[in-house]
Amino acid sequence: MALDKPYADIPGTVIFDADQARKGYHLNQFCMSLMKPENRARFKQDQRRYLDEWPMTDAQKQAVLARDYNRMIELGGNIYFLAKLFSTDGRSFQYTAASMTGMTQEAYAQMMLSGGRSPEGMRRAAGQTSPEDR
Amino acid sequence: MARITAGVATSHVPAIGAAIDNGRAGDPYWRPVFSGYEFSKQWLAAAKPDVVLLVYNDHATAFSLDIVPTFAIGCAPDFPPADEGWGPRPVPRVEGHPELAAHVTQSVIQQDFDLTIINKMDVDHGLTVPLSLMCGQPERWPVRVIPLAVNVVLYPPPSGRRCYELGKAIRRAVESFDDDLDVQIWGTGGMSHQLQGPRAGLINQEWDNRWLDRLIDDPETVSRIPHIEYVREAGSEGIELVMWLVMRGALDPRVRVTHRFYHVPASNTAVGHLILENDG
Repeated sequence: MALDKPYADIPGTVIFDADQARKGYHLNQFCMSLMKPENRARFKQDQRRYLDEWPMTDAQKQAVLARDYNRMIELGGNIYFLAKLFSTDGRSFQYTAASMTGMTQEAYAQMMLSGGRSPEGMRRAAGQTSPEDR
Repeated sequence: MARITAGVATSHVPAIGAAIDNGRAGDPYWRPVFSGYEFSKQWLAAAKPDVVLLVYNDHATAFSLDIVPTFAIGCAPDFPPADEGWGPRPVPRVEGHPELAAHVTQSVIQQDFDLTIINKMDVDHGLTVPLSLMCGQPERWPVRVIPLAVNVVLYPPPSGRRCYELGKAIRRAVESFDDDLDVQIWGTGGMSHQLQGPRAGLINQEWDNRWLDRLIDDPETVSRIPHIEYVREAGSEGIELVMWLVMRGALDPRVRVTHRFYHVPASNTAVGHLILENDG
């Protein structure tokens, strides 16, 4: 029997569960390697070559090179592992989070100052009801 | 005999650490955040606990995907601050309390909580930011710390109920330690935030504040909130709040609220902070 994943209907959200962790194992471990300064330097020097040392899928490598964080997450990346990548780039959590929303940095920062994104309409995909609603 | 005298809860946003380390704590953006901890620093300096059992989560720092323990206790004499990708924070090494840690470990495992024992570990912002918020920037941390790392990165984390019951087991463990120690328990992480995907930036002030009310007055009910409610209402990373339940479980059913603070935002996150003391 398949596992119950009640979180699957939450819009704009990928829950890093055991299936995602399995898919993203090497992507996330690559990110971990960037916690060492010598690895950061080597990665910055030739990103593609560094990535080719890891048994990641080509789609994962392309997503890293494009710094497409939504795609990395879809392919099994987790934000706390990916943090090593954007930290290597000198980017913050807020910069990276904004990049995933399609908003400009300024608009995202202003949204946070105004109290953040409202949960209204964001709890589940439109038209969906969840088991806990019934 | 050792005893748990108080519980502290606080968010542990990395940008807060960066603001302190880079001398930006007085900036207009950050001043409202740090103002919520002015009382707390004085309170902690007066309380002078011997040990803090600090419940936090490792953010893919000490634990890669090679090994993901659900509950792990730090039994080492000290814990260096970790390099999370931008170099280690310029903060003191964290001094542990190996004797109490060993005692808590043995006692808690015998109460059916299978802790993973960690004898060597770097500690990330999840542990050092709460220390900075509560202690400022000392040469040496004024208290010994036993790290208790909870997995909230790889779903599913332990349930709120399990965390709450672990808190009760920890209290029994501490109270059976022979040395006369004043021990605090801190729960960290949260409050509402989501760091990933198009829904990033989610904040739910109403839910957060109701959750705080209930954590104080009705922890039994809060301990039964399922994971899915945290994810829907408080964002995918809001689930860190289960760690506050370890702290709450270690206190009396009735507590006194010594301090309460809430502020939005710190970077992507709603900051919540409580100091709770047993009502006697």
